[in-house]
Amino acid sequence: MMAFMKGRVLVVDDDTALAEMLGIVLRGEGFEPSFVADGDKALAAFREAKPDLVLLDLMLPGRDGIEVCRLIRAESGVPIVMLTAKSDTVDVVVGLESGADDYIVKPFKPKELVARIRARLRRSEEPAPEQLAIGDLVIDVAGHSVKRDGQSIALTPLEFDLLVALARKPWQVFTREVLLEQVWGYRHAADTRLVNVHVQRLRSKVEKDPERPEIVVTVRGVGYKAGPS
Amino acid sequence: MTGDSAASAPGRTGARPERPVGRKSAGSRWARILEGGLLQGGVQGSPVLRLLLRWVRRPLLPVMRLWRRNIQLKVVATTLLMSLGVVLLLGFVVIGQVRNGLLDAKVKASQSQATGGFAAAKQRADEAAAGTADDGTTVDDRSEQNVTSWMSDLVSSLSSGGQGAFEVVTLPASTGSDTGGRGRRASGDVDPTASVPEALRERIDSATGAFQSYTRIVYQPSAQKDSQPALVIGKQVNDPNGDPYQLYYLFPLSQEEKSLSLVKGTLATAGLFVVVLLGAIAWLVVRQVVTPVRMAAGIAERLSAGRLQERMKVTGEDDIARLGEAFNKMAQNLQLKIQQLEDLSRMQRRFVSDVSHELRTPLTTVRMAADVIHEAREDFDPVTARSAELLTDQLDRFESLLADLLEISRFDAGAAALEAEPIDLREVVRRVVTGAEPLAERKGTRIRILGDQQPIVAEADARRVERVLRNLVVNAVEHGEGRDVVVKLAAAGGAVAVAVRDYGVGLKPGEATRVFSRFWRADPARARTTGGTGLGLSIALEDARLHGGWLQAWGEPGGGSQFRLTLPRTADEPLRGSPIPLEPKDSRRNRGLNDAGLPRGGGEKAATVPAQPTGDQVTPMTSRDPIAPRGTAVPKADPTALPGNGARVVPRPASTARRQDDAPGAEGPPSEETGRAEESSKHGEASRGR
Repeated sequence: MMAFMKGRVLVVDDDTALAEMLGIVLRGEGFEPSFVADGDKALAAFREAKPDLVLLDLMLPGRDGIEVCRLIRAESGVPIVMLTAKSDTVDVVVGLESGADDYIVKPFKPKELVARIRARLRRSEEPAPEQLAIGDLVIDVAGHSVKRDGQSIALTPLEFDLLVALARKPWQVFTREVLLEQVWGYRHAADTRLVNVHVQRLRSKVEKDPERPEIVVTVRGVGYKAGPS
Repeated sequence: MTGDSAASAPGRTGARPERPVGRKSAGSRWARILEGGLLQGGVQGSPVLRLLLRWVRRPLLPVMRLWRRNIQLKVVATTLLMSLGVVLLLGFVVIGQVRNGLLDAKVKASQSQATGGFAAAKQRADEAAAGTADDGTTVDDRSEQNVTSWMSDLVSSLSSGGQGAFEVVTLPASTGSDTGGRGRRASGDVDPTASVPEALRERIDSATGAFQSYTRIVYQPSAQKDSQPALVIGKQVNDPNGDPYQLYYLFPLSQEEKSLSLVKGTLATAGLFVVVLLGAIAWLVVRQVVTPVRMAAGIAERLSAGRLQERMKVTGEDDIARLGEAFNKMAQNLQLKIQQLEDLSRMQRRFVSDVSHELRTPLTTVRMAADVIHEAREDFDPVTARSAELLTDQLDRFESLLADLLEISRFDAGAAALEAEPIDLREVVRRVVTGAEPLAERKGTRIRILGDQQPIVAEADARRVERVLRNLVVNAVEHGEGRDVVVKLAAAGGAVAVAVRDYGVGLKPGEATRVFSRFWRADPARARTTGGTGLGLSIALEDARLHGGWLQAWGEPGGGSQFRLTLPRTADEPLRGSPIPLEPKDSRRNRGLNDAGLPRGGGEKAATVPAQPTGDQVTPMTSRDPIAPRGTAVPKADPTALPGNGARVVPRPASTARRQDDAPGAEGPPSEETGRAEESSKHGEASRGR
C-alpha cells in the first residue's frame, strides 16, 4: 500500500517555514517533496520535477497561484491541490476553474492534508481492465483513455474519474455529495462547488455542445447522471 | 412538552385588533376627533354599533387618508369654506341694505299717496253727504243705490290716479252691516278679500289710524295674472251716510322685487366667482410652498434610502430657497459623515479580514508542527508530553476563534452569501444531534427530538442552518446540567422553526437578549473551563438573519432556557410568526410556579434577539420585554405562536459578547466527535462544512 502511496509532490509556496513544515509532514508520510517559492519559477520546477501531485499556494510572488495552475494544467493533467487562506466563493471558484482538482483551506491539520493528497493519488490503485460506454464515448478505464469515433479526448485524472463514476452506473442519478465521496474521497458533505466546477470543465471537453449536454446530464434538484448510450 | 407543538398559522388572527386604524400622529384635530369618535368606533359596548361604524368608516377611509396626507387639499378646502362663509355673510348684509333702501323709498311714497287718497275719499264723502242733505230726500231711500254707485265711483276715481302704480280696494268694516253698497270693491281685477291680510283688517277695525302691511296682490281668476308682492295701506273711512268702511291702497312691489333679485343674482355670481378664484389662488399659493416641501420630502426619503447624492434644486433667495440650501447642506454633511464612517468601517473590516488571513499561514505551520510534536509525545517526558497536548488543544481553540472572527468579519462586510435550496430540517437536526451525542453521553444528557413525523422543508442554506443548530444543541447540552435536551421542530404558515430546550441553569433577567452579543459571558468570574470562541451565537444570529429568519432566546433562572430558530419557508418571504412559542409551555410561569421564590416580571423571561426592529408586541410577553422595539411595527403574529417579538431583519449587535459561559463545540477533554463538530464550525467559513 505504501508503495502505491509514494509519490513526488511539488510544493509551490513562498512561505519557507510552511514549505519546510509541509516537507517534514510529507516525508513523514512517505512522499518525496520538492519545493519552489516563486510563481515565475514554478513551471520550470514542475517540468524538472515531474511530480505526481502539486500543492499550490494561491498567493505567490511573481505569477499568482491561479496563473501557475492554468499553466500547469495546460500541459499536464497532474492533480493540483490548492492551498488557500481565503475560502470566499470567488477565490475558490476561480481556482477550481483554472484547473485545480481540490482545495484545502489554511489552517489545516496534517492528517487532513495527507488524506486529500492520498485521495488524489489513489486512482493509481485501480488498474482493472474495463471498457465503458457513455453517450457516444468509449472509455478504456485501465488505459485511461476516452475516445469519440476513435478520436482521443484528453482528460485530467480527476475528470476521467468523474466520467468513469458516472459511466459505471448509467441508470443512477448521482447527487453532488455522492460524487464528492466517490471521486474526491470526502467522507462527509463538503463543498459542492467542486462538483459543479468540474462537471463544467468535463463538459467543455467531452460534450459536442456544452450548452446542451448529452454525456453528463443535469437532473434538476438532484444531481447528475450519464447520458444515454 | 409534547403538547405545545400546537402551532397556528402566524399572522392571521392576531393582527387585527392591534393595527392602528390610522396614523394618530398625523392629521388635524378634526381628523383626530373624527377618528377617535366616529371612525375609531369609540363605542365599546355594542358590537352592532361597532359593525355599523366600521361599515360607515370603510368608504370614508381613503378620503380621510387623502385629507390627512394632502396639505394642499386641506388649505384649498379650508379657503373655499371660509371664503364661502364670508361671501354669504357679505351677500346677506348687502341684500338687506339694498332691500331696506328700496322699500324705504317706496313706503314713503306710498304713504303720502295713500294719505292723499284717504283725504280725498273723506272729502268726497263729505261732499256727497252735503249734497244729499241739500236735496232733502230721505237718506234711507236713496242711500242704498247712491252709496253703492258712489263707492264704485270712488274706487275707480281714486285708482285712476295711478295706472298700475297702485290699486284701490274697499272692504266693509266688520262692525258695520255687510250690505252690498259698502261691499267689496277693487280696481284692476284685484281679489279684495284675498289680497288684504286678515290681521290688517282687524287692526283697522280696532283703531282709527292708517296702518300698513306687506301682502301679495291676488287677482281674480278671470284676470289670469300672477299674484305679486305689495305694500298695503288701509284706513277706516266713512261713506256719505256716515257709515264706516275700509279703504285700502295696494302698492305692487314687483319693481322693487325685480331690482332686488337682480342685485341678488349679481351678488351670487360675483360671490361664486370670488370663492372659486380664492380657491384657485389658494391652490396656486399653497402649491408654491408645497411643491418644494414635497420635493424635500421626496429627496429626504431617497436620502434615507441610501441615495446620498440627491439634492434639492434651489432657485431664488426666498425662504423656500433657504430651506433648500439648508437641506442640501444637511444632506452633504450627512453624506460626508456616512462616507467617512463607511470608509472607516470598510478599512476596519478589511484590516480584520487581512489580519485573519495573514495569521493563517503561520498558524498552519504552527498547527502542523504541533501535530507532529503531538504525534510523538509518547517519547517525551510527562511534562513535555502534557505541554504538547496543551499546545494542540489550544491551537484548536485558536483556530476556531480565528475562523469565527473571520466569519463575523464577513458578515460585517456584508460579504456573506446565502446559498439556499430546499432542505429537510429533520435531516439537519438528526445530523446535529448525532454529532452532539458523544458530548451528551459524557454529560449524561439525553437529546430528544419532537415533531419530526413529517418533513419540515424550507429553502435554506444547509451549512448555515446546521451550524446554527449545532451551536444551539451543543450549548443546550453544555448548560443542561445532565437533564434532557429537547429539540422540537414545527412548520406552520410560511415559517418553520426549531426550538432547543434545556432545563439547566437558564438565563438571568436580561440575559436572553445579551447571549447573542459577541464575546458575552454570563459570568465573567467563571473560569473558562469550556472552550468556545464567544462568537458562536453571534454567528448563529447572523446566519438566521441572512435567511430572513429569527433567532431568539428565552430563559428563566434555574428553569432552563429555550432557543428558537425560525426560518421563512421560502427564501424571500417575510416572517410573520413562528410555529413554536418562544416561551415553552412547561416554563415555570406557564406552570404557575413562579411564586417559588423567584421574582416575576422584569425582563428576565422575555427574550429577544438584540434589538429586533419589529415591535409588534402582541402578548403579555411584550410588556416584560427588556428591549424596546425599534422602528415601525409591522409583522404580526398569532399571539399564541409568537410570545416574543420577532424580527425579520435583525440589526447587527453593536458590541461584543457571548452566550452564557461558553461556546459550542469545545470543552476540556475533547472527544473525537466534539473535535469534529468543532472543527466543522471552524471550517464553516471555508464552505467545506463537515
